[in-house]
Amino acid sequence: MSGAADIGDLYQRLIMERARAPLHAGRPERFDAEAEGDNPMCGDRVHLRLSCAAGAIGEVWHETRGCAICIASADLMADAVAGRPRAAAEEMAGAFEAMVASGAVPDRAEFSALRALSGVHEYRSRHRCATLPWQALRAALTKTMETGHGG
Amino acid sequence: MSAAIEQPGFDIARIRADFPILSQSVHGRKLVFLDSGASAQKPRAVIHAMVRSMETRYANVHRGLHWLSERASDDYEAARDKVASFLNAAREEIVFVRNATEGINLVAATFGRSALRPGDAVVVSEMEHHANLVPWQMLRESHGIELRIVKITDSGELDFADLERQFADGRVRLLAITHMSNVLGTYTPVERLAAFAHERGARLLLDGAQAVVHRAVDVRAIDADFYVFSGHKLYGPSGIGVLFGKRELLDAMPPFLGGGDMIRSVSYEKSTWAEPPYRFEAGTPAIVEAVGLAAAIDYVNAIGFPAIAAHERALTDHALATLDAIGGVNVVGRAQDRGGVVAFTMDGVHAHDVATLLDKQGIAVRAGHHCAEPLTRRLGLDSTARATFGVYTTMEEIDALAAGLRRVQQVFGG
Repeated sequence: MSGAADIGDLYQRLIMERARAPLHAGRPERFDAEAEGDNPMCGDRVHLRLSCAAGAIGEVWHETRGCAICIASADLMADAVAGRPRAAAEEMAGAFEAMVASGAVPDRAEFSALRALSGVHEYRSRHRCATLPWQALRAALTKTMETGHGG
Repeated sequence: MSAAIEQPGFDIARIRADFPILSQSVHGRKLVFLDSGASAQKPRAVIHAMVRSMETRYANVHRGLHWLSERASDDYEAARDKVASFLNAAREEIVFVRNATEGINLVAATFGRSALRPGDAVVVSEMEHHANLVPWQMLRESHGIELRIVKITDSGELDFADLERQFADGRVRLLAITHMSNVLGTYTPVERLAAFAHERGARLLLDGAQAVVHRAVDVRAIDADFYVFSGHKLYGPSGIGVLFGKRELLDAMPPFLGGGDMIRSVSYEKSTWAEPPYRFEAGTPAIVEAVGLAAAIDYVNAIGFPAIAAHERALTDHALATLDAIGGVNVVGRAQDRGGVVAFTMDGVHAHDVATLLDKQGIAVRAGHHCAEPLTRRLGLDSTARATFGVYTTMEEIDALAAGLRRVQQVFGG
């Protein structure tokens, strides 16, 4: 393993686990909103579907075609926002993007898993891989407002 | 290992010493630069020629009546002569543009709108860079031409049976095709394509952005009608490229951009156009960059294309053998005639992750669709990683790539 550890600091165990076997991948039969995020520069694509009730996110599913960072980010995001009010999820999106931009991890419980992605900060060309699912989430939440599912 | 590639006059250590950037470290590792296909590094001869131009011989060209302007004009026009001789063309047939992309856009906007009529067809292949696809799509929208796509085979070669079909109705007026694929490394049989197109009343445009770096190009021997390339892939500066067009074609083409330098006379009622190539060079051109391109051509000519081609052949053979020996690494493109562009995928690892983990080891490759999105899709892929070679690439760097890829597999638990 010599060599793997020193070059692979970005690819923490949690990221690798979620990239290999995401817990929230797939397409549900019923959902309330969906949105797609894509990065034309690299071809990464995230298709999000979510259920909503009473102004809060129920569950999030994603179909992600992309790199390990993008898949893991989508999956950890699905964990992090499930059950949260829409406004709180949008606030988290901003906090996540700020973490990637700055490298500084927010000192709050809901970032205990998301912090695994803070290392992306060091790789400027990869920032978009981590933030793409959150952009798709914002788009989906905007749609829930328009369709009235946001409550 | 490097003994196998030693050619007369090809001293890899001396060549590497000509490129200052290659001695850098990246992430604390020795730089292994395998992204020359995107843009090549610059030898000291090019850097110095550009500095000398700015320090001692710079002014605007074709305008001033003073000593410096005459020197700068001499240098700029000497660069045109250099390019003409490089391609075996006449100097009037050499138009300076920003890059190969601009050269193709120029042909689409001028030849396309004057020589092609709505309903005429332009044929490109499935392995074109976006630069040789999008300008024709734009011409389709603006001018009503038909755009046809000729297929490639699974090995990554042009499908001549399909080419016959595309030409069958006699409406094709232009075949616009790459001389060397920037993903598959395939060289296209350009003499055969020229004969094929001409027998059917069509013109041939070749995108030489990749090929011109690796092989001597003789546009007369090929019988190409148009040929484009970029300076920056040929160890020259960015911002300068070349369009070759046969004299009679350029003569008949209207201007591309309007402005200074491209006119014969201007009045409010009517302006008349200068002769080619000046008709197509509106405004102050890339003077220093042209000087740099001339120095780059001198540089590759001094090494010699036979030696360059042999070196890159050996590198490519070694790369294919080495990557094939790594389980789970799949090289894309198996053309018989292919050069130093090697795109690949790794099972279970996205190309971006491959590129990031190689970068951490000091190895620069490109990852993505390489501005050839339809080709990537045709291959059934989302993206590939790509290693490309130049005159300074060594066998040891190929070995470093292979070792780097094995470490990527370790990180991903392979």
